[in-house]
Amino acid sequence: MTQTLTDVPTPPPTTKAATRTDKHSQRHRTNTLRRRNTALGWSFIAPNFIGFAVVTMVPIILLFYMAFTDWNALGTPNWIGVDNFERLARNGTFRAAVAQTFYYAIPHIILTGILALGLAILLNQKLRGVAFFRAAAFFPYITSIVAIAIVWNLLFSPDYGPINQLLGLLGVADPPGWTTSTNWAMPAVIIVGTWREMGYYMILFLAGLQTIPRELYEAAKVDGASAWNRFLHITWPSLRPTTFFVTVILAIDSFKVFDLIQVMTDGGPGTSTYTISYFIFQKTLGQDSTGEFGYASAASLILFFICLAMTVLQFVVNHQTDIVAKPRWWPLPLVAGLICFIIAIIAFCARIDLGLGWVGWTIAFVICFGFMVAMTSVWGKRIVK
Amino acid sequence: MTTLTTPTRSMDSTGPSSTTPSTPPAVAKSTPDPARHGGVPHKTTHPSPARRVGRIAVYIVLIGFAAFLLLPFFWMISSSLKKNLDVFSIPIRWIPEVFQWRNYADIWTQADMGTWMVNTVILSVVVTALQVLTGSFAAYGFARVRFPGRDVLFLAYIATLAVPWQAYMIPQFILMTKIQLTGKWLWPMIVLQAFGAFGVFLMKQFFETIPEELSESARLDGLTEYGIWWRIMLPLSGPALASLALLTFVRTWNDYMGPLIYLRDQANYTLQIGLKTFQADPNASSLDALLFTGSTLSVLPIAIIFLLGQRFFIEGIATSGMKG
Repeated sequence: MTQTLTDVPTPPPTTKAATRTDKHSQRHRTNTLRRRNTALGWSFIAPNFIGFAVVTMVPIILLFYMAFTDWNALGTPNWIGVDNFERLARNGTFRAAVAQTFYYAIPHIILTGILALGLAILLNQKLRGVAFFRAAAFFPYITSIVAIAIVWNLLFSPDYGPINQLLGLLGVADPPGWTTSTNWAMPAVIIVGTWREMGYYMILFLAGLQTIPRELYEAAKVDGASAWNRFLHITWPSLRPTTFFVTVILAIDSFKVFDLIQVMTDGGPGTSTYTISYFIFQKTLGQDSTGEFGYASAASLILFFICLAMTVLQFVVNHQTDIVAKPRWWPLPLVAGLICFIIAIIAFCARIDLGLGWVGWTIAFVICFGFMVAMTSVWGKRIVK
Repeated sequence: MTTLTTPTRSMDSTGPSSTTPSTPPAVAKSTPDPARHGGVPHKTTHPSPARRVGRIAVYIVLIGFAAFLLLPFFWMISSSLKKNLDVFSIPIRWIPEVFQWRNYADIWTQADMGTWMVNTVILSVVVTALQVLTGSFAAYGFARVRFPGRDVLFLAYIATLAVPWQAYMIPQFILMTKIQLTGKWLWPMIVLQAFGAFGVFLMKQFFETIPEELSESARLDGLTEYGIWWRIMLPLSGPALASLALLTFVRTWNDYMGPLIYLRDQANYTLQIGLKTFQADPNASSLDALLFTGSTLSVLPIAIIFLLGQRFFIEGIATSGMKG
């Protein structure tokens, strides 16, 4: 014991040489530490990452390559530039699919958003049976889409279905044919989509509503603000981050609509409920498959950019919201990309040849890609925080 | 010795009590704070007549909504107990004349219900276990180990959450075919579902609310990082793990597109794909009631799970805001 005690007061390093070696060994130590941490970190991440890379990351990267090749089920891929996109622009079914995707998405976004917010506000009160109503609203979202389609298809059945019987009772002389009619199939899908997803977005809105401090409402009440004014001046501004988040997810979800179409109408009657996703599926894995994977990938890339553009649009609309510390120039790539994109979509649907040629398309692509990267970092930072 | 035991004791005594209050931030409050705001007057016991009318209006709206949301389910259950010919009747019959309980016995022989059920249960359980294990394991790496490239990697994870699956399902299918995973039992589906970014994201968010001091003192006690993940982090993450497990289970159970693309052999069919083929089967076209019986059976387990773990569903969604 005494020996150790006497050993304890080690002289502090005073000479220059000693300091240098100390620094050196310290650097050495941090290097080893870093190497060890890297190995450790990767050992944690690897089991998930291997699966994730195979299933998600590599396919996403592959997508950007495949869209510019003539890859089919058999042969080897050849780089064919933007030929796939030009073919898509000439394809009437695909153009109709783009239009129908918007036809589904826009009413669906508006209806679902408004109903979800309304329900959330109603259910954010102290009411008897609130738990029951919340569960009821959320339940459709977790039921299987196949069961939903089976039930709704029979509910919508034109001759014997309960819905048309009800409409008949209400005095509607000529009730719609719903999923059997080209005009009414999409509205039927929109109704079911809204019915199913309302509860999910209601939960997101509820979570947002509950972060608004109660004092704000009390103060407003003291000042004699009406319920509408309280909503307009307290609830709406405070909900902004939630609204932003909800609309982004809702938009992406609406534009990629697929399962619902597949189980309810199978794209029909005719091609009246073809959407972009459905087109991709049919071209490659469905019954009308032509095995043109490259061609379908080009359509996938367009879907991807539409979803991305919707997200960017939300950012631009919401730019006052202080979400992240962002560089001053941040709206530039977003707005530029967005404008390019809108022009491209309009030209595409209207079959106007922009005459861009190789160089133009490449530039447009680079711009789109650039704004995607900018987007990811902005959104990513927010989530990482 | 004393230096070694002190952190342990402090961890044991103050640990749980100090972390329990810290869990709510991730677990967003889904239960309503009573009398937070809205049309409820605070101290008054006698609401004014105008308020009462407003209140009744709110209830009428809510009941209307609930009817709109639940009637299809009611119709599904009621039709599942009807005779096949009675499913469509004019006028609508909401309650069957005679309850055909034998539908629930017949479905197992008229369709491959047994096979579908077993496949779906196996798939959902395996996927959930893998997702929870690998997801929380990776989340620990992202939340607690510092190494170069970590944040970039996490961004890559997050970025993929914003890419719709429909956009990359084709390259994914090709890749899965190339590594010869397709057509082998349920394997393609397991690989497809089990390694999502969603679990990593959800668990990382939660792990970051657990105080670092706990891991620190465990480290002093000689626990390895893997030990900390298993013995400290996982036991403290009950609610988040439950949310992740339930959401994954339900998603896998309900998945339709994945099995449609990857499961071509009838013996491997899951409930969803099986029911859909049953619906399209011309030989079964007269079995309307049985179709509803099958649908009810496919929804029933999910309904039970939902009623038992409703809190976790809502918390999981409110925290992550992602469908995964």
